Amino acid sequence: MSLRAEIGVTVGEFDLDVDLTLDPGEVVALLGPNGAGKTTILRALAGLVPLDRGRITVSDPDGETVVLDDPMTDVFVPPERRPIGVVFQDYLLFDHLSALDNVAFGLRARGIDRHMAASRALDWLTRVGLGDRTGQRPRTLSGGQAQRVALARALATDPRLLLLDEPLAALDAGTRGEVRRDLRRHLAGFDGMRLLITHDPVDAYVLADRVIVLEAGRIVQTGSLSHVTAHPRSRYVAELVGINLIDGHLDAGVLTTANGAEVVSIDADHPPGHAHAAISPGAIALYRFRPDGSPRNTWRCAVADIDHQLDRIRVVLDGPVPLVAEITPQALATLELRPGDEVWATVKATEVRTYPA
Amino acid sequence: MTASARPTPVTTGRRAGRDRLPLPALVLAVLAVAFFAAPFLGLLWRAPWGSTWSVITSEVVQRALWLSVRTSLISMVLSVVFGVPLAWMLARIDFPGRSLVRALTMLSMVLPPVVGGVALFFSFGRRGLFGQYLDQWFGITLPFTTSAVVIAQTFVAMPFLVLTVEAALRQLDRRFEDAARTLGASRWYVFRRVTLPSIRPALIAGAVLAWARALGEFGATITFAGNFPGTTQTMPLATYLALETNPDEALIISLVLIAVSFSVLIGLRERWLGGGTGPGAG
Repeated sequence: MSLRAEIGVTVGEFDLDVDLTLDPGEVVALLGPNGAGKTTILRALAGLVPLDRGRITVSDPDGETVVLDDPMTDVFVPPERRPIGVVFQDYLLFDHLSALDNVAFGLRARGIDRHMAASRALDWLTRVGLGDRTGQRPRTLSGGQAQRVALARALATDPRLLLLDEPLAALDAGTRGEVRRDLRRHLAGFDGMRLLITHDPVDAYVLADRVIVLEAGRIVQTGSLSHVTAHPRSRYVAELVGINLIDGHLDAGVLTTANGAEVVSIDADHPPGHAHAAISPGAIALYRFRPDGSPRNTWRCAVADIDHQLDRIRVVLDGPVPLVAEITPQALATLELRPGDEVWATVKATEVRTYPA
Repeated sequence: MTASARPTPVTTGRRAGRDRLPLPALVLAVLAVAFFAAPFLGLLWRAPWGSTWSVITSEVVQRALWLSVRTSLISMVLSVVFGVPLAWMLARIDFPGRSLVRALTMLSMVLPPVVGGVALFFSFGRRGLFGQYLDQWFGITLPFTTSAVVIAQTFVAMPFLVLTVEAALRQLDRRFEDAARTLGASRWYVFRRVTLPSIRPALIAGAVLAWARALGEFGATITFAGNFPGTTQTMPLATYLALETNPDEALIISLVLIAVSFSVLIGLRERWLGGGTGPGAG
């Protein structure tokens, strides 16, 4: 089943007009700042905001197409009859119900009898690791536990499209990494379409296969995160998602990648473990010859690609760690870089941020 | 920091300073409490305690008490059944003339109840605008029946429920209802399983306020339903009648009404009257 949506919604002065397609094989992250229209897209897909323009359809593998919303022909399927599951921002668990009854809610609403609903809800709670929390009220759960109950509640009704609105925003930095890793596992175990809303490129990097970048109600770019980082189509995209994220094992401020390269950072207070290092392309300096200076990170790389689309040049580098560096056109002219050239890249440890995964 | 800027230690008596009222406000507040307490002290002082039991068990009082309890509970139920949907409509649906409808709903709260009774009489009385058809087509005459008592009481009591429930519905975070709908719940299921439990404290408080108002109703009842022992003579009416014939009896009936109302209000306390709203609250 795949989804095709042309969403046109006007709220007061704000116009949202986007085209998007979702396929079952991928997790898509919708990235953008507050007010870009991310939540409105989710609400339109869920049927909580009717379209003013456009059309939302889902198609089966055998080619049968169902229209969910089409103002032209006056078709509108209400939220309760759409094949969706939603994990809302702040989770919106019902506080007058236990964790188990929250998960069973959708099943009971569909007329499934009490015992069957309770046993299926228990299966879901167990699957997210909360089989021993059935009787607890949502307000007594931790942020990470509440998120898992919300996920179980959304998945219990067996939806074809899972929508997640900032599922990690309500968590503190200490638990984020662990919850993000769990979420990645649960998302991988779901075989429907998955759309994740976030404002954090790290979430998109860890959880999504493809990103859609939204700005002021329009899609400004879409593609894999590494492609968008290497070829941002606007300054805005470059600032928002155009960041180098490197996977590895962090210990005492040193992140070691799978192929043995080391990235030195000053964030030494994280416990040892799986982590990501983030380096802004603008923080990377390039040299023709091996430099001799203070930066703790120095790598020998090859120029893979040079992107001229913006006022600043993005240089894609192949090396011990894959990097995108951003330099001025003047610097490019001085260095006389061409694809295939050897180049030295340096980054100060103070410019490297690390995030536990 | 210099020595002169150091805060002076205060005595423990001033420790709770944040919760202390300025003296003039405290005096006025105590006077207000005294103002509410004084009438009851007067009643207790004058009460003929010796004949209390015989008056309470007398047929007139027993019939009035039973009628009052019955009619006020029916009025409460009617207020909930009609008032909750009305509150929902006022809180959620933006229709033209909504403020007019709200004012109309609240009118009987501010109107002298006697005026309400007169209005009911000219509408639902035997010759009234609508009452004449009830009489001609169905043979139903409302005035001077127990039904008239219930109608008069509901007329003055329902606004209390509508007002309370509407406020709670407006404060409710509607995203919880959205969440329920994405889980496959119809509007009616959402209303029963999410909306109603979320406004439960307000609903209970509104229902009790409506019940208390119905129990105390006098003006509209005596105008529209009359004063017939056993069918329309409720406790307030019996009190008024007794005051002209047997003041001691009036005193005792008043004390019974006070005892019933006071114990209900104490039972409610902050638990429901000041309770939180919304599933996310608390």
